[in-house]
Amino acid sequence: MLSVSNLEVVYDDVVLVLRGLSLEVPAGGIVALLGANGAGKTTLLRAVTGLLVPHRGRITKGTVHVDGEDITGADAADVVRRGIAQVMEGRRIFAEITVDENLRAGGYTRRSRTEVRESYARVLDLFPVLAQRRKSVAGYLSGGEQQMLAIGRALMARPRLLLLDEPSLGLAPRLVEQVRDIIAQINQQGTSVLLVEQNAAMALSIAGYGYVLETGKVVKDGPAADLLADADIREFYLGAAGGQRRSFTEVKTYRRKKRWSA
Amino acid sequence: MTAFLQNCFAGLSLGSTYALVALGFVVIYKSTGVINFAQGGLLALGAYLGYTFSNNLAVAFGVAVLLCCVSAALVGATFERIVLRRMVGQPPFAVIMITIGLLFVLEPLVTAIWGFEHKQVNNPWNIRTVEAGGLVFGVRDLWTIGLTAAVVLAFFLFFRYSSLGLAMRVTAFDPEAALAQGISARRVYATSWAIAAALAALAGILMAAGPGGLTPSIGFIALAAFPAMILGGMDSPAGAVLGGLVIGLAEALARGYQDELFSWAGDNVSVIVPYLLMILILLIRPYGLLGTKEVRRV
Repeated sequence: MLSVSNLEVVYDDVVLVLRGLSLEVPAGGIVALLGANGAGKTTLLRAVTGLLVPHRGRITKGTVHVDGEDITGADAADVVRRGIAQVMEGRRIFAEITVDENLRAGGYTRRSRTEVRESYARVLDLFPVLAQRRKSVAGYLSGGEQQMLAIGRALMARPRLLLLDEPSLGLAPRLVEQVRDIIAQINQQGTSVLLVEQNAAMALSIAGYGYVLETGKVVKDGPAADLLADADIREFYLGAAGGQRRSFTEVKTYRRKKRWSA
Repeated sequence: MTAFLQNCFAGLSLGSTYALVALGFVVIYKSTGVINFAQGGLLALGAYLGYTFSNNLAVAFGVAVLLCCVSAALVGATFERIVLRRMVGQPPFAVIMITIGLLFVLEPLVTAIWGFEHKQVNNPWNIRTVEAGGLVFGVRDLWTIGLTAAVVLAFFLFFRYSSLGLAMRVTAFDPEAALAQGISARRVYATSWAIAAALAALAGILMAAGPGGLTPSIGFIALAAFPAMILGGMDSPAGAVLGGLVIGLAEALARGYQDELFSWAGDNVSVIVPYLLMILILLIRPYGLLGTKEVRRV
């Protein structure tokens, strides 16, 4: 479905953020992309969706393919038309207009009114909360509802591949679960998903495959079950220290450096 | 009382012109974050194009009005396409300077083509008037008010219900998120420029059909529409229309009662009224009458 190979992205002609990143999202699968702040997760999504331009970023090497077609450096509108939609980090809903209008904006690239109506019905079906608040101004929704709206808006383009950037950010644990279930449901309806998350436990619980990103490179990848069992992942991303509790007296004042065996 | 109503009518007509120009300012400011100082130049260009259609090519005046709006829209969109598109993502200040540059290019261009002489546009309204209830209404003023109302209504329907209008609103709110929905920012910017230029041209030709006729200085009216836009709130289309009407009424009333009330202040006190009003309202409401405060939501 999506195949990124050896991607290099430079901001402002100087800052190298992605250094030869490769990853694959298989058709119908959920792939998790994990990594700390600044690892380059959002930059990867921008590179795929053509949103580097407003950030003065540029792809200097590598390619992005969708179903075998080269879309490296394609225009954002073009990428959406090719069936890739994204839920941006921090939701980014249009706060001043109504829920309905937000959804209509998400369906901007659709050709006919019937198509829009179809997707609209599907989205309201998936998010009954939104159906109740169709006429309210989006900025007054709660955080969870806003996240649902952001996902629904992306679905209005009827994507074959959905990119989600930290959908669990700032949500209460129960809402995180709800978001997770919805992503799984969307996936079951036939949409491939690339899930970017800091909440590794949540992401790996639904993903089939996972990549770990650090300083612009993939340092580890494998089936989600293997990653969940991996000792390093457990320590650095899942917050477990090999089963035994650690005493604070043993905590070193320097940051433990991790070298990944590539 | 009659005199008061008569002044109000004159104010409405003047205010309609201001409203058209101010709406053009807002459309561009809202979608691109740039104040288009060339609005006056586009207005003059539109008015002279209307003169050419009406007098030199002898098409019916209604058609000439339509043609001058369409051709001004093309000029606006072309300018956006050729010059401003390269400036996307650059600081707004640089773009504002470019629009000032455009103003200074348009002015000599207009005088080079059409000269400095005072011109009269062939039009069916001229100085004809109708009388009703003891009041005298200029036919041109009635048309100005009517056309402005129709155009403003059409604009609001477009802005509210059409998908391009929605695209313009969301691009104004969050350009990057709009891009992520597949909304082409280029089309939005080009449309805003086309709309603004057409509104300016309409204001221009309506002015030129009036008793003042057509001179190269016709573009100065945009300077008076500028306070209308600020007073209404820079990012509010409804505010621009309201601001235009308020300024127009204030100016006309000040002119009407000048001899009685402001004789101590000289002959042209009405000219400064728009600016005084702007300062006064900004002191009370810094965001203008209908402008939005910068709202930060988390």
